[in-house]
Amino acid sequence: MSTPLLEMRNISIHFGGIKAVDDVSIDVMPGEVVGLLGHNGAGKSTLIKILSGAYKKDAGEIYVDGKKVEINSPIDARQHNIETIYQTLALSDNLDAASNLFLGREITTKFGLVDDTAMEAESRKIMARLNPNFQRFSEPVRSLSGGQRQSVAIARAVYFNARILIMDEPTAALGVHETAMVADLIKELKAQGLGIFLISHDTREMMDLCDRVSVMKNGQLIGTERVEDVTEDDILSMIIMGKNPKKAA
Amino acid sequence: MSGGLGNLIKTLQIDTRLLGMIGAFIVISLVFHVATGGTFLTPRNLFTLTLQTASVAVMATGMVFVIVTRNIDLSIGSLLGIVGMLMGVIQVQILPDIVGFGSPSIWIITVTIGILLGAAIGAFQGWLIGYLVIPSFIVTLGGLLIWRGGAWWVSKGTTISPLDPNFVMLGGASGTIGVTASWALAIVGSILTVLFLINTRRKHVSHNFAVKPLWAEYALGAILVSAICGITAVMNAYLVPTRILERRFAAEGLEMPEGYTEAYGFPISVLIVLFVTIAMTIVAKKTRFGRYIFAMGGNPDAAELSGINTRMLTVKVFALMGALTAIAAVIASARLGSAGSSLGELDELRVIAAAVIGGTALAGGVGTIYGAILGALIMQALVSGMGMVGVDSPLQNMIVGGVLIIAVWIDIIYRRKTGDA
Repeated sequence: MSTPLLEMRNISIHFGGIKAVDDVSIDVMPGEVVGLLGHNGAGKSTLIKILSGAYKKDAGEIYVDGKKVEINSPIDARQHNIETIYQTLALSDNLDAASNLFLGREITTKFGLVDDTAMEAESRKIMARLNPNFQRFSEPVRSLSGGQRQSVAIARAVYFNARILIMDEPTAALGVHETAMVADLIKELKAQGLGIFLISHDTREMMDLCDRVSVMKNGQLIGTERVEDVTEDDILSMIIMGKNPKKAA
Repeated sequence: MSGGLGNLIKTLQIDTRLLGMIGAFIVISLVFHVATGGTFLTPRNLFTLTLQTASVAVMATGMVFVIVTRNIDLSIGSLLGIVGMLMGVIQVQILPDIVGFGSPSIWIITVTIGILLGAAIGAFQGWLIGYLVIPSFIVTLGGLLIWRGGAWWVSKGTTISPLDPNFVMLGGASGTIGVTASWALAIVGSILTVLFLINTRRKHVSHNFAVKPLWAEYALGAILVSAICGITAVMNAYLVPTRILERRFAAEGLEMPEGYTEAYGFPISVLIVLFVTIAMTIVAKKTRFGRYIFAMGGNPDAAELSGINTRMLTVKVFALMGALTAIAAVIASARLGSAGSSLGELDELRVIAAAVIGGTALAGGVGTIYGAILGALIMQALVSGMGMVGVDSPLQNMIVGGVLIIAVWIDIIYRRKTGDA
């Protein structure tokens, strides 16, 4: 078996007395989509926030290309080409699309000043690929629709040559057409060899998009299965009962 | 906006809020001009008005950053007091013994120490807010009491005067650059403005972005250049009173020639405001620091997740506020020629009012430097005008308070209408 692109091994974190993530291990191969499933509060978002540098783990290790890495901040995660699209999109509503896309990684002129013209030009290029209808570059993102805001968040993750992409509920706020667009994008990025962690509540969608799914409950990993080996009902019972029917059988 | 005027404003891409504020300033000026029987809109009064506005205007630019990051700074009036007082002690009681009385290095050393001190105190308050997560309202409310008490303690309640003659030039009518230099400055400013417009257009064209029609660029350039020249003409129209000129000639043992006149030109303090305004606008619009301030104000979590150290950013914003307060302390104490322990009292409220009237939203994320400057000017025009008309000072305060509330209410309606929440 080849080396995973990314591996999280025996990760734990607790807030006060509550173990939000308890000894969980997941991994993703290049060109693979791994789904994270579970109820609200199962620990999925907390687990990926450790990966994106928003939370610091209490125990466990993270490996990129088989090499152990330390991720203590969002900047660390970015340095390992790990990009995240948050459920809340994490946009500054008062800034325009280009400012959000390059937030924390601005293009600067030779005098060290931010180069808005260059950033807008780059934003137009990437948007032409992701969402050709997007034209509202000079408005604050507050005035954009849910789908347009999502495009900005996705563009931000994709623009900087992500190798590992974390998508937390990327289609939760979207209409049918836009959801299909995100699904196409995921397939395209997968074909480019990215490793993708996908979080969603929609089991059907997960069965379509993912190669493997990992199910969590109460901070613990119930199991990881290849989608072709399980039925949607198997997954649901893992989510609800916290038991893996295949292992029980 | 509808019809031809609305389209014109749109084509010129002028901020309607800016127009509204300039309109308000003009209306206030005209009303007082009539009410005072024609003394408000005179070069002399406008010159005085800019002098009186300078110190609040400098601080208001910093307050924009503070409020944009969803904080507040109530300590600046007291900070101005203690920094002004310490600068007074340094230049009057300490430095003359070391570098010699009247040495030109006195004002330089004094101002440098003052700015460092202001920045250090600001940074300390910012650290309490950013790292110890004490609300800025509380930290700076404490600061308001502590630094005012400190100013009293340093001076034992006395007033330090006279201040160093070079230092005093930074604050008022005794420090102006004269007619020729003022015009030279206006010409340089006009050229830079035009170059800036050309450069912006060229950049947009090279990236195939939409640009204004050429006539609109010319119109905008013409408006800006006439504004620069108009203000300069006003400053150059205020003549130095004859008896001050006579005294100056007499001091040099000369006879004043018959019919000799001289105008003031730009006061140094107003040039400081100009410099601070331009510098702070560049910081706000064109630096990462400024970009992060607005990002943090718009969504602190998003800023944090983008790798921005919002705690350190808070420290820097308050340090900058402190440094600007120290500059305001220089202007305020130099204008009076003395440092009293009540210097800057209630300035925090004037500064916050100026920033808010200038369109800075207390919810964070929104605000402009030029708005704060105009806000400061509008406030001062109201106060001076009422003083000239003979409105009692308690009534003045009541009116200013009312205007503040109404201005914010209008702003809320404006934002709702433009969807500019």
